[in-house]
Amino acid sequence: MSFEPKIVGFLCNWCSYTGADLAGTARIKYAPNIRSVRVMCSGRIEPTFIVKALYEGADGVLIAGCHPGDCHYQEGNYKALRRYRLLKRILPEYGVEPERVRLEWVAASEGERFARIVDEFTEQIRALGPLHIKESLAEAMKDDVIPHEAHNEGSGEAHEA
Amino acid sequence: MKLKGGIYWGAGCGGCDVAVLDVHEKILDVAGKMDLYFWPIAMDFKYDDVRALEDGELDIVLYNGAVRNSENEEIAKLLRRKSKTLVALGACAHLGGLIGMANYHTRETILRRVYGETESTQNPDGVLPLERSTVDGNELELPRFYNTVRTLDQVVDVDYYIPGCPPVPQQILNALTAVFEGALPPKGSVIGAGTRTLCDECPRKKEEKAISEFKRPLEMIPDPEKCLLEQGLICLGPVTREGCGARCINSGVPCRGCYGPLEGVYDQGVRMISALASVIEPKEEDEIDAVLGGIVDPLRTFHRFSTPASILRRKRS
Repeated sequence: MSFEPKIVGFLCNWCSYTGADLAGTARIKYAPNIRSVRVMCSGRIEPTFIVKALYEGADGVLIAGCHPGDCHYQEGNYKALRRYRLLKRILPEYGVEPERVRLEWVAASEGERFARIVDEFTEQIRALGPLHIKESLAEAMKDDVIPHEAHNEGSGEAHEA
Repeated sequence: MKLKGGIYWGAGCGGCDVAVLDVHEKILDVAGKMDLYFWPIAMDFKYDDVRALEDGELDIVLYNGAVRNSENEEIAKLLRRKSKTLVALGACAHLGGLIGMANYHTRETILRRVYGETESTQNPDGVLPLERSTVDGNELELPRFYNTVRTLDQVVDVDYYIPGCPPVPQQILNALTAVFEGALPPKGSVIGAGTRTLCDECPRKKEEKAISEFKRPLEMIPDPEKCLLEQGLICLGPVTREGCGARCINSGVPCRGCYGPLEGVYDQGVRMISALASVIEPKEEDEIDAVLGGIVDPLRTFHRFSTPASILRRKRS
């Protein structure tokens, strides 16, 4: 079965969500892999949202906000940028490729740019493959059981068979 | 009637047990209210003594330490069965604690390092601990060393949490008093701590934060009055629960986060990324990276006590 990346997009209300909307009204085709979440500002996007999205099954997370200097709330996008730079530094230590999280500036007029970014990012994630955090966690813990309990369960099954 | 109690250590250092003793003469008040049926660090009881108790016979058990091997898990489950109220005492039982940082490695890399590579190791035959071995015809058994360190509530149902590394003795006493008086909050609550951040409790002067350089405590003598974070020291006060009395802060040492996250926060360490990024000065990517580059090992600094309780919990295998 071919792998279709699941991508969560957090888009700021004032620029990027409007840009995505423009891509729609202009009938620009782009990869259907993104699930957009509208937030008021890229500065509202807690790294927790991103990490939780990855944990819950996203293969990639796109954050999009207003270009530097254009933030509706003056500074929100700078905060988003700093959080993003720091988050990217810690992801590899969890065994998560930092490329799975991407920050882009998309203005309200940049429908085409939004579509291109989503296409590019989808292909990038497709190349990386699925993330499967929960599955790899379960795999890492499969031998973490009390030996004689596992032994007892095993003999119980054998008995039934 | 006197209550029946027990105290146990899983994967921990014993500091929490000592913190219980550090209530000093008040320990006599505790002993007046509660008989201890199990306390390995201080009294000679065996696991079989606990196994011989009725289920639910112990009114309260304080479990400190994380769950790192099969013995920890077995005794955690046993004590859960034998107790009415099970309390996770200290950062390891609560969040995984310092030893939880082992989750950034695997069982194999840890064993290889400890039994092969450390500067003080001499093990030319490469002997590793075995779960079963035979010595003079007798079979010996060791607990299984797990790949992943877990918090107590990832293994059994936990009624209350007393945070800290170690918890402040007075806070342990407050929590025990609440038990004796039957004045406990709803199940699942953190007891023996406050509900605000450490910054709310911190006596230092706080102003507008705009950090342009991070330093380590060994590189400077901090101003005794000013906020440590404003001085460029990584202080986890903004993402840590109050209740310790700002012990470290008052000694000029930034908060390392042992009291854990606040109510409703999923991941203390990831929350710190958010908090810290809000208060650094630069706006250009290069300058941001230069400032953030001054943080040595952000992951372990932010998750020092909470890796097993964090969202991603461990390195992917």
